[in-house]
This record gives sequence, structure tokens and C-alpha cells, in this order.
Amino acid sequence: MTEQKTSPERSRRIRVLVAKPGLDGHDRGAKVVARALRDAGMEVIYTGLRQTPEMIAEAALQEDVDVVGLSILSGAHMALTPRVMELLKSNGQSNVKIFIGGIIPDEDLYRLKEMGVTGVYGPGASTDDIIRDVRHAVEE
Amino acid sequence: MTLTSSVLAGDRLALTRLLSLVENDATEGRAALAELFSHTGKAHLIGVTGAPGTGKSSLVNQLTLHFRRQDKKRVAIVAVDPSSPFTGGAVLGDRVRMRDLAGDPDVFIRSMASRGSLGGLAQATASVVQVFDAAGYDIVMIETVGAGQGEVDIARLAHTTLVVEAPGLGDDIQAIKAGILEIADLLVVNKADRPGVENTEKALKSMLELAHPTQRVFKHHGTYMKADIPGTTQSDKMMWIPSVHRTVSTEGTGIPEVAESIAKHLAYLRQSGDWTARERSRLEVELEALIREALMSRFREDVPAKRYDEILERVIQRNLSPWEAVNTLLDPHRESKRSK
Repeated sequence: MTEQKTSPERSRRIRVLVAKPGLDGHDRGAKVVARALRDAGMEVIYTGLRQTPEMIAEAALQEDVDVVGLSILSGAHMALTPRVMELLKSNGQSNVKIFIGGIIPDEDLYRLKEMGVTGVYGPGASTDDIIRDVRHAVEE
Repeated sequence: MTLTSSVLAGDRLALTRLLSLVENDATEGRAALAELFSHTGKAHLIGVTGAPGTGKSSLVNQLTLHFRRQDKKRVAIVAVDPSSPFTGGAVLGDRVRMRDLAGDPDVFIRSMASRGSLGGLAQATASVVQVFDAAGYDIVMIETVGAGQGEVDIARLAHTTLVVEAPGLGDDIQAIKAGILEIADLLVVNKADRPGVENTEKALKSMLELAHPTQRVFKHHGTYMKADIPGTTQSDKMMWIPSVHRTVSTEGTGIPEVAESIAKHLAYLRQSGDWTARERSRLEVELEALIREALMSRFREDVPAKRYDEILERVIQRNLSPWEAVNTLLDPHRESKRSK
């Protein structure tokens, strides 16, 4: 088989799953982030509202993503996040980086980071920071 | 275990990794495709196309549910959405309409960005479909980007093509134009609970009545080619007349009828010899695309970027026509001969 150079259109792109677990119905933040990551040249798989951790892990597997972004406004982050991470790990995807956006109290922020979450963003976070952190996490 | 043997054994992690390698046109992906090729050719490839917002994803969702319930078939879905021409990024949102399929281990959904391709599919879609075929999926549903009038690549890839319309999108003049409606094996008027559904259905049906059913021909080396099937002549060949269906995919109305018509089309393909003809023309198109890509990459290696830029500059200055530029670039000796 001859070696061919890959054309620029077909080269690898960062793939991100943006998911909203839990029961709150506010997905504006998730959409803003999805759009910003798109404009940064990433491929964003958007799954919509009310996803269970099982659905998120399954989508992450089928889409072979580098990053899972969870938007959680309901306060259930300490229950949902470890569950998603556990499922990703049991699927053999422990290399996938986790980012969280939402209303996260300071004391939980520390615990989430300890759990292995790569980035946590609250209201007013800049999309430039998110893009930079995602790129950095995937490329390291 | 190698990647390909894991894929053949049903390992979903290996499958998803291989899909990425194939999509990114990596060397390992090409090698794996070569190994898997002999396992392909079994799956029924069903294309779903139509304008943005007509309900393609919802229809794929409902049809897949039906295939799972009624026929216990394993179904793979390849859903293509457009990449931004400016940044190359994409939001792939077809899964939003397919949440009913979550948790079923015999359904595998993969979203793809079109990555600069213009025919409604991504360049790697055919290869991704081949991987699913080899991995033992009985049906591969391929959803195109929201298509207008010219995105007809799906008809070359799929065995059965569904064109999805919605009420209020066009009149009977739209219906006789060339392009997307011509490639339909099934026409689906979705959102049939909306006003105007009678008119849309009537326009499509009268379009079908106006048309003499033509045998499927594809452009080959720039000329139209008929796929002749040994032992048949034009007159005794069975013809498939596209069927028109009404559906409301959010509620599942009309889905069993569409599925039945898909099954009939499959039977027709097998009996008429069209299956073989389509396989033939599909692989031919694929081979041609690969040759084009290989020649292009050979060209890029042979012609230094600097020389290319020089010639391009001369074209921009109107010193050289694009045709002369092509000749000069492809035949490096020509230039020197001419200038003597």
C-alpha cells in the first residue's frame, strides 16, 4: 500500500461530547460552549437534555471523543460526575478528559478536581479559557 | 489480538477506535480497511437525505426502533452534519433525536462532520460504512447533511435511498427539477400532520407519473453509463417505481409502511440484479475516488510547493491561463521546450 499524505480536511480533530445530565432544562450554557468549541475548530457532539450517565458514557464510546463536557445546574454534580467517570473507565475510556460547567460551590470544586476532573467553570467563565484548557488537556 | 480481529469479534472499543483511524485517514486505518474488505458486502445500506429540518434524524430513530423490534436486526447509524468552511469545526446534533436508541447494545450511532466534502457525505463515509458492514451490522443507515438539490452522493453509496420532504417546501416545479428527488427509491413526506401535506404528496406523485421510469445510470469518466445486467434486456427488466409515504416521525405514524417498502425494495434489488449493478457502480466510484486522491498526493509530492506558488502567481497576474498552468505543472519539461 502506498504511503499518502493526508489532506488537511481529513486530519484529526478534537472531538468533544457536550452533555446535560440530570433533570434541569436549561441548556443555554451548554449551547454557548458547544458553539464556541465549534468556532475553535473542534467537532462537538451535542446530545441534548436529560441524559443519564449511562447514555453519556455510551455516546462517548460510540463517538470516540477526547473530551466530555458536562453541564450541570441542578446541584447533582457530586453524584453524576463520579458515575460518568466510573462508566467511562469500565468502557476502557479512562483517557477521556472531563470538564464541568454549571453552578458548583467552592468546596465541591476541590473535590471534583481530586476526583480527576480536568476543568470546572462557573457562570461568567470565558469561552477562550475553556478552549485553551481543552486544547491543552488533549494535546498533553 | 489485532485491531481488526477485535472488531470482527464484536469489541465496541476497538470498533470506535478503528472508525476514528479510518475517518482521519491514518495509515493503520487504511491497513485495517484492506484486511476487513473481504468481510464486507453483506449489510443493507439505507440512505436518508432531504432538506435541513425535514426530520431525517427522527425518521432514522423510528425506523431503527422498528428494525430492532420487528426484525431483530443489528443497526449502525452514520449521521453526517456539516463542518464550518471557515474554522473546520462542527456541531453534530443528530443524536439529540435518537435518544430512544440509547442502551441498546445492537445499535451503534456514529456522528461524522463533512470535513470539506460537498456531496452531502464526508469523504470517509464510505469507508466508515465498510467498517460497520465488516463488523456484522445487518443494516447501516446513512443520514446525509441537510441536502438541497445537488447533494446526491448518497445514491451512489446506498442500496436504498429515502428522500425526506416536508409540507410547504416546494411546488410542482421543484418536483420536476433534476437532482435530489430523482435519486429517491422511497419518498417520505414527514411532518404529515402539518397543513399542506396533500399538495406536497400530490406534487411528488404527479412528478412520478410524468417520469418514465429510467434505469439507474451513473456518470462514469464524465459520460453517462448504463449498468447492463447479463441476461436481461431493457424491456423485460423489472422497474422500481418509487413509493410515496406520509409519516409523523415524532409519533411513529406511518413507520411500518416505510419499513415494509424498504423491505420490498431490497427484494426488488435482489431479484432484478440491481443489487449487483449498484455494488459494481458503487465500488467503481470508490475506486475512482481513491485513484484521484492517490494521484493528487503523488502530485503534491512531485511538484515542489515553491514551483506551485510561482505558477499560481502567474495565473493571478493573468500571464498564464489555468489550463496552461495545469499543463505546465503536470509536465515539467513542456515549459522549457516552449520557452526555447
